[in-house]
Amino acid sequence: MSVSLKQKIAEVFDEPGCDKNQGKSEKERKKGCTKQLSPGAAAGGCAFDGAKIALQPIVDVAHLVHGPIACEGNSWDNRHSYSSGSQLYRTGFTTDINELDVIYGGEKRLFKSVREIIEKYNPPAVFVYQTCVTALIGDDIEAVCKKASEKFGKPVIPVNSPGFAGPKNLGNKLGGESVLDYVIGTEEPEFTTPYDINIIGEYNLSGELWQIKPLLDALGVRILSCISGDGRYHEVASSHRAKVNMMVCSKSMINIATRMQQKWGIPYFEGSFYGIGDMSDTLRQIARLLVQTGAGADLIDRTERLIEVEEARAWKRLEKYKARLKGKRVLLITGGVKSWSVVSALQEVGMEIVGTSVKKSTREDKEKIKEIMGDDAHMIDDMTPREMYNMLRDARADIMLSGGRSQFIALKARMPWLDINQERYHPYAGYEGMVELVEEIDKALYNPVWEQVRIPAPWDEVDAGMLAAEPFVPPAKAEGQGGGQHGHDHGHQHAHA
Amino acid sequence: MAKTLESKKACAVNPLKMSQPLGASYAFMGLDSCMPVMHGSQGCTSFGLVLLVRHFKEAIPLQTTAMNEVTTILGGYENIETALLNIKKRAAPRIIAICSTGLTETKGDDVVGYLNMVRKRKPELDDTALIYVSTPDYVGAFEDGWRHAVTGIIQHIVPDTSANPVVGQAARQVNVLPGCHLTPGDLEEIKQMLDDFGLSAIMLPDVSGSLDGHIPPDWRGTTLGGTKHDDILRMGESIATLAIGQQMQDAAEALQQRTGVPYELFDRLTGLACNDRFLMTLSRLSGKPVPQRYRRQRSQLLDAMLDGHFYLGHKKVAIGAEPDLLFAAGSLLHEMGAELHTCVTTTHSPVLDKLPAETALIGDLEDLEKGAAECDFMMTHSHGRQAAERLNKPFFRLGFPIFDRIGNAHRLMVGYRGTRQFIFEVANLMMAHIPHAVPDTWPLPDAAQRVAMPSQAVAELPWPTGPQRGNAQSEPRTTDGVTP
Repeated sequence: MSVSLKQKIAEVFDEPGCDKNQGKSEKERKKGCTKQLSPGAAAGGCAFDGAKIALQPIVDVAHLVHGPIACEGNSWDNRHSYSSGSQLYRTGFTTDINELDVIYGGEKRLFKSVREIIEKYNPPAVFVYQTCVTALIGDDIEAVCKKASEKFGKPVIPVNSPGFAGPKNLGNKLGGESVLDYVIGTEEPEFTTPYDINIIGEYNLSGELWQIKPLLDALGVRILSCISGDGRYHEVASSHRAKVNMMVCSKSMINIATRMQQKWGIPYFEGSFYGIGDMSDTLRQIARLLVQTGAGADLIDRTERLIEVEEARAWKRLEKYKARLKGKRVLLITGGVKSWSVVSALQEVGMEIVGTSVKKSTREDKEKIKEIMGDDAHMIDDMTPREMYNMLRDARADIMLSGGRSQFIALKARMPWLDINQERYHPYAGYEGMVELVEEIDKALYNPVWEQVRIPAPWDEVDAGMLAAEPFVPPAKAEGQGGGQHGHDHGHQHAHA
Repeated sequence: MAKTLESKKACAVNPLKMSQPLGASYAFMGLDSCMPVMHGSQGCTSFGLVLLVRHFKEAIPLQTTAMNEVTTILGGYENIETALLNIKKRAAPRIIAICSTGLTETKGDDVVGYLNMVRKRKPELDDTALIYVSTPDYVGAFEDGWRHAVTGIIQHIVPDTSANPVVGQAARQVNVLPGCHLTPGDLEEIKQMLDDFGLSAIMLPDVSGSLDGHIPPDWRGTTLGGTKHDDILRMGESIATLAIGQQMQDAAEALQQRTGVPYELFDRLTGLACNDRFLMTLSRLSGKPVPQRYRRQRSQLLDAMLDGHFYLGHKKVAIGAEPDLLFAAGSLLHEMGAELHTCVTTTHSPVLDKLPAETALIGDLEDLEKGAAECDFMMTHSHGRQAAERLNKPFFRLGFPIFDRIGNAHRLMVGYRGTRQFIFEVANLMMAHIPHAVPDTWPLPDAAQRVAMPSQAVAELPWPTGPQRGNAQSEPRTTDGVTP
């Protein structure tokens, strides 16, 4: 690992905005912000993944991955971060290095790649992502990017976050470091207003930003930049002139907010767009901070009026689901901010949370969960897939909400499941998103397919008699296999209604 | 559940329906060495012929009595006799099947009488079986034509053994009467299922032998396969008859009356529970347990249903199809969480009462188009594609004719496997049309806009209001690829 990267990681670990880090002793802090991954029991993305996720939603730049094909070839085009304009961010650029590059170094290839991209696509900037192999062979992407910037007269931004540096969460922050070091503050906005804000850590997945933006538009609040959902390079570059920063996804890019506060004195707050109450609180916070930094005092009143109207509209639209969802039990397997912001959202329509995972949650997140769910909150630190499966199969939960990787645990248990992670197609932000989320849960719970897939295989009863006559399975062995030769068919094993 | 309504319109616009003689002719194409003949003017045959050719991409044996103005008035005996002799000479089929049309039914030709006369006058036709069904164009639809044809075949050819029943003499033989909504691929699947239980099937009719798109070793002017004449004669010896589709009830009953072979009706074989029942029936008839292969397939179907339900839940669908096909596809879609918003069909059938929809309208594609405007996707035969284009809706091709796709003979909708296949196809279509949000997908209502507005006039604000970005307009947006 290069010296500069080591320094960078140390800086990130010294994050003053991260309570978790601040709560640790000096020695612990040195170890890093997450536990070492345990081989054979680790899941989730790498630091490169994290950096790419954080920055790729800047839609008009070319994102070039410097490494072998696996890093980009296997990962591109897998998130539904939407753009209202340029689609360049959806193009997968990679140097796709070969054996000779590994031996002689890939810097020349990288430089040529940048040139080709600029010639063919002429983006406002190129982001170059470091990966494990090219970091290992010592390719100095900072130097190449510097040279390319000078040569082509265009920002070429190194993102030094090779996969082996750590987990995805660290990569989010390292991505943030890159824009802090090379992008933010390098340009000036055409004009500023007392109503300019940045939204940080919002990726416009499935267009969620557009469920929020109309509210801010109506209030006259301008999103100077969103880092990074539906983002534009020039906006991010001039985002240091905002009056207020809002930090969305728990801690993923907290370093951007804290450093902008240190450097340009921009106050930040952490808010959530998930759930009716949380959405309103977020609007209030924005209004309050903007007024503090010089916006007209009437903003607060206007915000309250808007909240009143919009909350009423949302509740009216949710009314019809309340009876259908009351008492339905939800198992929530997600991480970070969603572990509490979705909890409060679901409780608003009368659902019962039988458990929420807190694997990726901060202490603050856990406090919030306790606040919302009470002391008997069922917080799950680390649940194995088998435990999830059993919980669902025994019908201790009516539906599981999680990311795509665990969906099949629910489906194989023949229980409803809803995707609330990034691969999903449905946006759940703001008042609109809450209605959409509840609609989706209702849709999942009441789909007649559940009755269908729980129909027991009709031959299970008949077989017992019929197969007994054919002595091809020794009885002792059959018992050991738990059901003899039709043990393959898991249908009968849990054919509960 | 569904109430059947009839369109009140005087004028059918973009018809969904195909005619009875075409359905009957199609049934006769499932008999081996057969030549179907439409007793009518040349056009009656050629229109149907063209549809069949375009759907199956096959040479279709179909003849006409080529009635003209004069012969129509004088009666069509001459034409029928000439047609039979010509067909005998040119193609030498084992069976010649005659379907009446609107023209000859209106005139009132006594075809049964004509055929008796032909038998007396033309001994050279003695070794050719002659079948006649009455299928006026102005009654019923394609499905009814098929129904009458199959019933007609049974009444003409299967020996009446009701006095001395021979039921069950062929211990492992089962009759299968498939509806016209099943493809040659479906029929092959059903035969395979029976075979896996050690049962031999006499399938009547069997278009899987004749229209399954194979290259025959030699040229024949007749059908290239299908139910053998001798097999039809032996249907009375079977242990049971399995009728697939409500439309086959008449034929199954006729067979039972003539021979005493008991029948079981399956109103569909697309879905989970109906196939459970089908396989258990085969298990009972054969005395064999359900083979491992189907246990596995069932499990795979469950998985497909789970994978598919995400894309079909709450989807509103407009289907236009004949009753049995509508019922098979519609019921499954309903079980997968879709809503049968608009169902248009062609003819009356008791199965429509069971359709999980509010109403089934006997109507046309105009009716379907009207309903489809409020739906997420549309499902009907190829003629619906223009409506789907006009409405900009995803379009799923279903039924007959499908002339703008190949491989129609091998589409599979029956059995666990076919049900799974169908789910994949529909779900994939829906996946290809997942709506993509844009900045103004969620506009704020005026009431909210008003209360949020600053007290001073909007024009005095120091920055432009509304969607500031404006990129949606200024930057060309492509759904895929790159905007350089």
